[in-house]
Amino acid sequence: MPALQTTIGALSRRRRSPLPGLGLSLGITVTFVTLIVLVPLAGLFWQLAQLGPSDYLFIVSDPRTLAALRITITAAAAATLVNGTFGLILAWVIVRYRFRGRAALDALVDLPFALPTSVAGIALVALYSENGWIGSLLEPLGLQVAYAWTGIVIAMTFTSIPFAVRAIQPLIEELDPDEEAAARTLGASPAQTFLRVTMPQLLPGILTGTGLSFVRSLGEFGAVIFIAGNRPFETEVASLLVRIRLDEFDYPAASAIAGTLLGLSLILLVAINVAQTRIYRRLDGGA
Amino acid sequence: MMARAVLIALALAFSVLFIVLPVAAIFTRAFADGPGAWIAAVTEPETLAAIRLTVLTALIVVPVNIVFGLAAAWAIARFRFPGRRALLVLIEVPFAISPIIAGLCFLLVYGAYGPVGGALQPLGIQLMFNLTGIVLVSLFVTCPFVMREVLPALSVSGEDEEHAALTLGASGWQVFRLVTLPNITWPLVYGAILATARAIGEFGAVSVVSGAIRGQTMTLPLQIELLYNDYNTTAAFAAATVLALLALVTLVLRGIVDAIQPARGATP
Repeated sequence: MPALQTTIGALSRRRRSPLPGLGLSLGITVTFVTLIVLVPLAGLFWQLAQLGPSDYLFIVSDPRTLAALRITITAAAAATLVNGTFGLILAWVIVRYRFRGRAALDALVDLPFALPTSVAGIALVALYSENGWIGSLLEPLGLQVAYAWTGIVIAMTFTSIPFAVRAIQPLIEELDPDEEAAARTLGASPAQTFLRVTMPQLLPGILTGTGLSFVRSLGEFGAVIFIAGNRPFETEVASLLVRIRLDEFDYPAASAIAGTLLGLSLILLVAINVAQTRIYRRLDGGA
Repeated sequence: MMARAVLIALALAFSVLFIVLPVAAIFTRAFADGPGAWIAAVTEPETLAAIRLTVLTALIVVPVNIVFGLAAAWAIARFRFPGRRALLVLIEVPFAISPIIAGLCFLLVYGAYGPVGGALQPLGIQLMFNLTGIVLVSLFVTCPFVMREVLPALSVSGEDEEHAALTLGASGWQVFRLVTLPNITWPLVYGAILATARAIGEFGAVSVVSGAIRGQTMTLPLQIELLYNDYNTTAAFAAATVLALLALVTLVLRGIVDAIQPARGATP
């Protein structure tokens, strides 16, 4: 890459930083990012561009694809709701309360990050299938978790709970207890204090946590496919349909579905960013 | 006081139900037929081949990730250049992308029908459905780990000491080895642990590009799916215990690094 070296050379001359290694470190970085991140992503965009809008719509409006997208989005939304609620509770309990087992609880939250997704998948199926510890209890009640939509929600909840907890936790640590005490002294009830004083300050963390949790759930594959049952139109998630289309060498269809998932994730991540900027501006304005 | 008890109970119930029990279930099922069956399952030739391939992948991916992470953090923390922010975003992108989509992207470009893979085909070079493919997607999914741990430490440690060392006549490598590296040792170790865990455990992206040849291109996470679909559940759970143990070791190592270096926060 002679052109790149010239650019880097020109840059280092212009900056005249006394520290060495710009050429080498930037050379390694740009080469790696180009080969490993940029080129593969460009491949997907190129494939989508070649597809054109009409072919794209044709693939995505296929009933099986629409069903897979609907199942994925509703399950991800449900998992995000669970994670938003329990993420807040877990983060609150870990930061605010001192009790036996608190450190263990804090460490446990990271386990879903550390556990490979296929291990999580067969662990959940072992637990929730009809002869599993929990599945066997639910079966007589007519509740089926494994090989059903609920199972997909549980798998998504498992893999994305750390995102929710770890995004909310630092904001609870930064809360000023004096503000809550002041609100109470001025006659606010505990509920009012939480909703009016505490909650607004935690909102950016809750937004990030639930957003990341939703994005992770949309794309989740390993943990889901074991417990989902994978019946088309019923329990087949979008990422599995991408792999099925790939196995059929139908790269355009795989790319169209993948592009849809990626587009949804990007829109969401940008929306969270915008919302957060607004919240912080309002908080700063109010202070 | 009431709220406290209820919230702690809820938090514990959730974590036991959703996190502890699933892991306990793996070990119970793996040892259901006794320790002899577990040992037989783990030392079965196909599973051993999968373990070897997984270890080999991690041995290639993690050092490359360390070199890349150090280079990227050094360039971004110590220099200002056009496109610096874009570079930072690009390095973080793999975190936001579904593993299956990552695998798809690599097939589209480096597969036999893709521009790069197609060009290399006549030369007899195949990049996908073999070790190379597995290594490439593993590099993608582990991309940000070392960089994002080292960068904050490098930014905080400042360049004054490095300038001083240079003024006193140290060479570039001496400065890096003797001045810079000691400041970022623990973040580097931390990032490398996370990258190792991810390289060993990656499933979705690897499943797309592995080619799934039994005993040859199956990593341990893929082998679990294969055994499970073969209704060889004891062997599947036995293989899962190996990875679950590695995950627990990862958590313990992270805890130790956190304890050694209490300054760092609890970022995931």
